[in-house]
Amino acid sequence: MTDMRSQLGLTASDLVESDPRVAVVLAEISVDRFARAMRTAPDRVINVGIMEQTLVGVGAGFAMEGFHTIVHTMAPFLVERPFEQVKLDFGYQGLGGTLASVGAPYDYGTEGGTHHSPGDVALILTVPGSEVLVPGCAAELDTLLRATYANERLTYLRASVAQNDEAFDVAPGHLQVIRRGSAATVVAVGPMLTRTLAAAKGLDVTVLYTASVAPFDVVGLASVAGGDPLVIAIEPFYEGTLIPSLTEALRHVPSRFASIGVPRRFITTYGTLEEHDRELGLDAVAIRARVVSILEGRSASASP
Amino acid sequence: MVVRTGVEGVRALMARATGDEKHDESSTSTLDAIWVLYDRVLHVDPADPRGETRDRFILSKGHGPTAYYAVLAAKGFFPEELLDGFLERGNPLGSHPDRNQVPGVEASTGSLGHGLGLGVGTALALRAKGLREPRVVVLCGDAELNEGSNWEAIMLASHVALSNLTLLVIDNHSSELSMEPWVARFTSFGWSAVVVDGHDHAELEAALSARSEAGPNAVVADIPEGEW
Repeated sequence: MTDMRSQLGLTASDLVESDPRVAVVLAEISVDRFARAMRTAPDRVINVGIMEQTLVGVGAGFAMEGFHTIVHTMAPFLVERPFEQVKLDFGYQGLGGTLASVGAPYDYGTEGGTHHSPGDVALILTVPGSEVLVPGCAAELDTLLRATYANERLTYLRASVAQNDEAFDVAPGHLQVIRRGSAATVVAVGPMLTRTLAAAKGLDVTVLYTASVAPFDVVGLASVAGGDPLVIAIEPFYEGTLIPSLTEALRHVPSRFASIGVPRRFITTYGTLEEHDRELGLDAVAIRARVVSILEGRSASASP
Repeated sequence: MVVRTGVEGVRALMARATGDEKHDESSTSTLDAIWVLYDRVLHVDPADPRGETRDRFILSKGHGPTAYYAVLAAKGFFPEELLDGFLERGNPLGSHPDRNQVPGVEASTGSLGHGLGLGVGTALALRAKGLREPRVVVLCGDAELNEGSNWEAIMLASHVALSNLTLLVIDNHSSELSMEPWVARFTSFGWSAVVVDGHDHAELEAALSARSEAGPNAVVADIPEGEW
């Protein structure tokens, strides 16, 4: 299976070849994966070096001239470091473009906390009108990038190391029903689906899947959550990030919500992605224990 | 629509935009340079403010925009009566310019250190379109150049040899940090650079009309302290 980071380079290179209005701005990260695009259109595929404020500003400058810009680097250096450029140069100016990241929330876990970014999605959601897409695998990333790169919206596309076993027919603002049950509705986001299905095996729960955090399919959730909903979000970012969308979807119904995501504390240990998932309560075994605990009416906060 | 023909007429227009006196020095110190740009240097058309072949001007510092607004009004980009409602609710002319509300304004600025990055991206985009004639002029204040983001963009502009980019620095000596020597500083980054009298229209026109084919150009318009 192709990794999402490589798929980003492949799909972006295709778009550079097929659409003369596509520009790509890089900051050293993943340059090798965009080699074909750089050969095809060196005037439209720019590596600015290590300068993230200018990375985003240059991307917005291309957008001011009518280009569909894809701006790429690691999540903390794309969202957090140059956030004012994201907010003003793109958001406030009303410009569309794709901010495509790798590395969140802690994909490169041995790099330590300076390279983690579990707050990226929550931060981007503070930019009014932004679109946040979290594909579950490389094929979904390809679908989403092709569907949105020219839609004139500011889109945050988050590529992950973790991937689901199966690709779904994803689209912005779309939830899918994976299986049905009656005790609760579990919403798995992006690469959390495969482990969520493993965690939910034998449990009487509905499992929904989405790669679209914003727009969120409020109609889709309302249609399946029932009259006395208990909704559990399985999130690959800070836990609770999805809660405002869930409450918006079910605002007319007394509802209970729980979140299983990255705990809101600094991660100070080094280790692999899998080791971090296990430590933070985000592998299938821990997710199952936390879901069972919620179903039994105990605390949702089961992370160590 | 009346089109004013002299800088004194523009000065009279500026006087109609009141309420932002704290930025009077910031605004007035830009007047001569912006007037010379729009009167003698830039190729722009108020009837087609987003025309593809126009020159692009970005007021990066955003602060004190009344001179900018007055010049745009004088050149016919919008009715000068709008200046009378400067800062008033419902009027598009605010304390920092908005590209989506004011005809002729290229970028929404005000937070310092954004315009040069946008300008580098715009200049690269013009090159990618194959448009060799249009140029991008970005105006920064001397204190604005304290922001590190500018020096990122300055490094990049020379690296990619952006001969269609000019940085106009209005040095009204408001920077707490010493920014001199300007020419040595810019040339060490691979730019062409010159310092001119910020009130001398002939010097400004000559410097702003020049265009090194080797790379980006900096024009520092010196405004002696107390002479704004």
